[in-house]
Amino acid sequence: MTTTQVPDTHGRFGGFGGRYVPETLMNALYELEEAYNRYKDDPDFLKEVRYLLKQYSGRPTPLYYAERLTEHLGGAKIYLKREDLNHTGAHKINNTIGQAVLAKRMGKKKIIAETGAGQHGVASATVAALLGLECKVFMGEEDTKRQALNVFRMKLLGAEVVPVTSGTRTLKDACNETLRYWVSHVDDTYYILGSVTGPHPYPMMVRDFQRVIGLETKDQILEAEGRLPDVIIAAVGGGSNAMGIFHPFVGDASVRLIGVEAAGRGVDTDKHAATMTKGTPGVFQGSMSYVLQDAGGQVQEAHSISAGLDYPGIGPEHAYLKDIKRAEYVPITDAEALDALQLLSRKEGIIPALESAHAVAHTLKLAPTLPKDTTIVISLSGRGDKDVESIIGYLGGDLP
Amino acid sequence: MSTATANAIDSVFAELAARGETALIPFLTMGDPDLETSVRLIAAAEAAGAHMIELGVPYSDPLADGPVIQRASERALRHSISLTDCIGVATKAREAGVRMPFILFTYFNPALQLGLERFFSLLQEHGFSGVIIPDLPLEEDAEVREIAERTGVHLIPLVAPTSEARVERIASRAKGFVYCVSSLGVTGVRSDFHAGIDQFLATVRRASNVPICVGFGISSREHAERFAGIADGVIVGSAIVRQVEASLPPSALGDAGRTEAGLAEVRVFIAGLKPRKAGEV
Repeated sequence: MTTTQVPDTHGRFGGFGGRYVPETLMNALYELEEAYNRYKDDPDFLKEVRYLLKQYSGRPTPLYYAERLTEHLGGAKIYLKREDLNHTGAHKINNTIGQAVLAKRMGKKKIIAETGAGQHGVASATVAALLGLECKVFMGEEDTKRQALNVFRMKLLGAEVVPVTSGTRTLKDACNETLRYWVSHVDDTYYILGSVTGPHPYPMMVRDFQRVIGLETKDQILEAEGRLPDVIIAAVGGGSNAMGIFHPFVGDASVRLIGVEAAGRGVDTDKHAATMTKGTPGVFQGSMSYVLQDAGGQVQEAHSISAGLDYPGIGPEHAYLKDIKRAEYVPITDAEALDALQLLSRKEGIIPALESAHAVAHTLKLAPTLPKDTTIVISLSGRGDKDVESIIGYLGGDLP
Repeated sequence: MSTATANAIDSVFAELAARGETALIPFLTMGDPDLETSVRLIAAAEAAGAHMIELGVPYSDPLADGPVIQRASERALRHSISLTDCIGVATKAREAGVRMPFILFTYFNPALQLGLERFFSLLQEHGFSGVIIPDLPLEEDAEVREIAERTGVHLIPLVAPTSEARVERIASRAKGFVYCVSSLGVTGVRSDFHAGIDQFLATVRRASNVPICVGFGISSREHAERFAGIADGVIVGSAIVRQVEASLPPSALGDAGRTEAGLAEVRVFIAGLKPRKAGEV
């Protein structure tokens, strides 16, 4: 399938992607692309990345058969790809290890990162500590309150957390502020972008670093079931865990790929982050993709119970997969995600991140409609510890 | 081709060159504090000696802008200022007697959503001579450049101290002028410029067939004069927008006396930025 050949040399996934950034950054993007192309197949580089993924982050992560959840739903067999068992508790570290090793190869001593839920910030602060790099993390002021634990965690790791007070004070403006800082410090600073978003080469490079999720899944499901899964379900904010698990299966036409986006309080309210369901193509934060925007092209505020999905854009390769109808994108509300989080906790003893709970929630709808001899793999992108405090806020401290 | 008619930006630079003057190009965020006041601010800028003006379209995600212009955009967007509103300001300013060339400064997405053909036909209709799109590097500008050339609106490119080998490609095909970014970073007031600024400007000068102007961080007459000899124009944005913020807060609107006084303060501020000619005191 031709999809494995995207992006083209201009960073285009069909009509999406590209490099829509101020001129000041253009040479830095070329420098990054050249460095990435030089190292991505370099045996020493790959050896170091693979070593850290294995010995430091604990890969491969298990593909776990969720037997009690499967029985409860009475349909397709459900497997969980346990990205929550990575060091730092989410898939984000797959990418930060790759990029930090690259930054070091490029001779950069300082890294910057944006973060929403704080998972990418923690993963960046972690690899910065590991590799002896100076680290600054930009985080919306609103998110620093919602995710106070992660703020403290980043500081413990020696990173500086910069609260962003412009605009919506969430992930969107944290990204803007990181890009602005990069424009000013492009000489000596490496920007570890956390998702498959932004200007080329980031969507391609982050996808490549996250592909390990899908590559492992493929081996593991073949070992467990002797055949490919029927469905893969993953939550999408910017879309890095979803792209990581989808990508090795894009050429396998029999595998349904479903991205689950945050419907917040409902796609018919103005409080959601359902970029694919309600957005339209536009240019946002460096690339052409689907965007939540008004008729005049002003980007709208997103809403989700999950800080990691609370983003009005989505990676350009997802936009491409949607348009060529290779992947489907469905919305899940805050309430549905909370229910799914509780169900998975009680049935399997796994408290998922609110982001991942969106993928679980869609599985609750889909699995019962499928025959028992079919399989679904959920990308369980992160663990829920970071969300416990905000879940208390939603559910009340006293559970029945 | 409609470019047979001389573009007003070219004419103004030709006149200034003949007189040995440097162009003063203010930037104003449209709709801050409101559209009506924007029209009066444009007139005040011309009265203060501006030679052409950048009309900034407020945007939700102004990546290239520092805090001053971000705040101005947020104020303007509170009353839902659209791209077409901003373009319409030009006609109102002409009706108010303003003669200098207009340059629209907008991020790409609002123009894209309006439709690029419609965007340029509106620019033409409302008498714009140029357009600056800070997040549209040459790799992405093919369609825009084609329409711009067809409609005779100059697509004014930016070059940065980090552009290096790109300078030649950007400057050699520039129309109107080349917008030289004085330093790494976003728009905003700052005390120092990029260390290699003079060499950078000389490189742009060699590669360019059109005038070169310097912007980003120019906030005083001293700054303007520092570049007067080596550039054909200076662009002042944040320093003026900050003055507008101070002199014409939303609370001053509706109070004719305060508005008049605020406009006068901004006019005096802009006049104070104008580089003096050699021997002038």
